Amino acid sequence: MADEVLRVEGLHKHYGPLHVLRGIDLTVRRGEAVVILGASGSGKSTLLRCLNFLEMPGAGRIHLEGRLVGREARDGRIRYPNRELSALRMRVGMVFQQFNLFPHMTAERNVMIGPMKLRGLSEAEARRVAAANLEKVGILEKARSYPAQLSGGQQQRVAIARALAMEPSMMLFDEVTSALDPELVGEVLLAMRQLREDGMTMLIVTHELGFAYNVADRVVFMEHGVIHEEGTPQQVLLNPQRPRTRDFLRSHTLFRLPEQMHDDPPGPFALTTREQG
Amino acid sequence: MAYEWDFAAVFRHSDLLLEGAANTFRLAGSALLIALPLGLAVAMLRLARIPVLSWLLAITTDIFRTAPSIVLIYWFFFAFPILAGVDFAGHTAVTLALGLQTGAYMAEVFRGGIISVDRGQWQAATALGMGSATRMRTIILPQAVRRMIPIFFTRITELYKATSLAAAISYAEIVQMANRAASETFRPMETFTIVALFFFTTIFCVSRLVRAIERRVAVPE
Amino acid sequence: MHEWDFAFLIDQRHFILQGLLGTLRLAVVSLVAGTVIGLVGATARLSGSAILRAVGTGYVEFFRNIPVLVQIFWLYFSIPILTGVQPNAYAAAAIATSLYAGAYLTEVFRSGIASIEKGQWDGARAVGFGHGMTMRYVVLPQAFRRVLPAFTNQVLEIVKTTSVASTIAYAELLYSAKLLSEQEFRPIEAYTAVGAAFILVLLPTSAIAGMMERRLARHG
Ligand SMILES: Nc1ncnc2c1ncn2[C@@H]1O[C@H](COP(=O)(O)OP(=O)(O)OP(=O)(O)O)[C@@H](O)[C@H]1O
Ligand SMILES: [Mg+2]
Repeated sequence: MADEVLRVEGLHKHYGPLHVLRGIDLTVRRGEAVVILGASGSGKSTLLRCLNFLEMPGAGRIHLEGRLVGREARDGRIRYPNRELSALRMRVGMVFQQFNLFPHMTAERNVMIGPMKLRGLSEAEARRVAAANLEKVGILEKARSYPAQLSGGQQQRVAIARALAMEPSMMLFDEVTSALDPELVGEVLLAMRQLREDGMTMLIVTHELGFAYNVADRVVFMEHGVIHEEGTPQQVLLNPQRPRTRDFLRSHTLFRLPEQMHDDPPGPFALTTREQG
Repeated sequence: MAYEWDFAAVFRHSDLLLEGAANTFRLAGSALLIALPLGLAVAMLRLARIPVLSWLLAITTDIFRTAPSIVLIYWFFFAFPILAGVDFAGHTAVTLALGLQTGAYMAEVFRGGIISVDRGQWQAATALGMGSATRMRTIILPQAVRRMIPIFFTRITELYKATSLAAAISYAEIVQMANRAASETFRPMETFTIVALFFFTTIFCVSRLVRAIERRVAVPE
Repeated sequence: MHEWDFAFLIDQRHFILQGLLGTLRLAVVSLVAGTVIGLVGATARLSGSAILRAVGTGYVEFFRNIPVLVQIFWLYFSIPILTGVQPNAYAAAAIATSLYAGAYLTEVFRSGIASIEKGQWDGARAVGFGHGMTMRYVVLPQAFRRVLPAFTNQVLEIVKTTSVASTIAYAELLYSAKLLSEQEFRPIEAYTAVGAAFILVLLPTSAIAGMMERRLARHG
């Protein structure tokens, strides 16, 4: 299908004897935001890292924008030439839990370096691209700061801008708010929702259930390296069918504020209030 | 023309090399006998932060660490006995030079290991109600020692290699004995190949042993 | 009580200057050669090829575990046997100290590069950089700053090591002192002066390296 950005078929991944991904099938359409939930160790990060080839996947196929990634050899296994992977990574942006900004470059340089060295932009063009993307995540005024001079939330937004500057056809987010102080989580989630509204295709691993409920088109629950349950946010988060999904959601909502406290004013990502989008 | 190696000639003089090896070990051992207690004492005194003394010790250890070992050996062999009005053999001079220098290095190893333990550990131990001695023995030292192992043995290796410099004042350690053997056999290349292998093998084996120990006492960090 | 008298050092200043130049020449040559060897060695030790890694490791283990004096003697006696040319103290000393320094610098560079967090590689590869570009734009600039204190310390060690060349009568500072002390019967002054010279030059440099190291530990 033409509007499929990503199609994963039967993806497996081993770490030595550890079978981490046991046959993942997943499709992401253009402009869709898919949230992946799952317990620690269920293989969420591994899946995302395989999709960007930071880890080499085992068996299975990955199609990006309708084309198979890698070349199929005679024995049916897929080879991934380095040159192709570098080009692919430019089309798939990734944002990490630990930001992974380059500490020896200013925020602006962090965003500029990829477009300059890989897309062949001139210094001036790259600076314009950087400004546009830093603006988009609301942090243009920090362009000249070094990562160490920024708060976690600001660093993470620079990291998002760095990925955006490569003009990827989709973005991967791996628990991008998990390393942040609670009061900084909101600014990053807001930037991500803005992206969603601009039509970016996104695959998001997060523990922020409110965000998943409000922003995702689809929620996927992973367990032991397979997709255990999948559906709309309402289905998976409010009416989970499988016991493991229910346990997971219960443990994530053990301690909540009483409902009325959400009423005034309504929190942007409260689980109980679906905003109009 | 290809050179014909002949190790047999060297082995006929193996008694010289064996005596040299024994002296090398003796030298390293006696220098360590000075270095370890000295290093520990200096480290403790510096950690005690006694105003003038700490500063003096810092300067002195720095001086011993920056002077080349061979210069120290010459100084303790040619200059020190006259200055101090004593008379001693090469063995004592080298032991003093290398012992004091290694002591200075060891002081830094011990001190560095102890101050590398996170301040939170000191506070947590104190909060549990431990006195300073208990805290040192049960909380700080076990962590410090573990961290010190690699650099501690690096220093011992460097000392062991430095004993070869005693040859410069004709002390009969293995290099000097090799010199003597070479001039009798006219086989310097073979002789020094053997000496090189002697050092390489001993250090290599000990370093494997140390690595095994490290793994035994390692805790996940 | 010994009567100190350093006057002869001034009379013999040309002689001492020559020794100083000898030390400098040997130090600079082994520093430059050692740095080149160290960069190549570190690249080998971090390469994807198991053979290159083994060669790099073997080189480091071998040259670090043999006293530099033994290496100097070995070369001094072997060069004439193997090549047929006259024994040459400078060549033997320069080759030995370069290889020795190269082994230590390999480790300095390797650990500097290895100290860059895995996240930096992830970040760079996610942007689309391959191995070479990641090294060039992300890893090496950071590793360079981190390596500077250890590198400086290693430079000091190289300078100290040159004094070992006196044992094969290479005319560096210690050897000049040795000749002078025999000629003037003033071992105390001669050896105290060499020691002081080394300490006065090296101690401030090592203090600066220490300061860099502490700053790095604080600010990362
Ligand atoms: N490089 C690796 N080598 C070996 N095992 C690994 C590696 N990376 C991950 N694993 C293992 O694979 C399993 C899945 O890890 P993964 O990081 O994908 O989990 P996750 O779902 O992202 O968990 P979390 O919520 O804690 O981030 C875990 O058991 C983990 O220990
Ligand atoms: Mg994870």
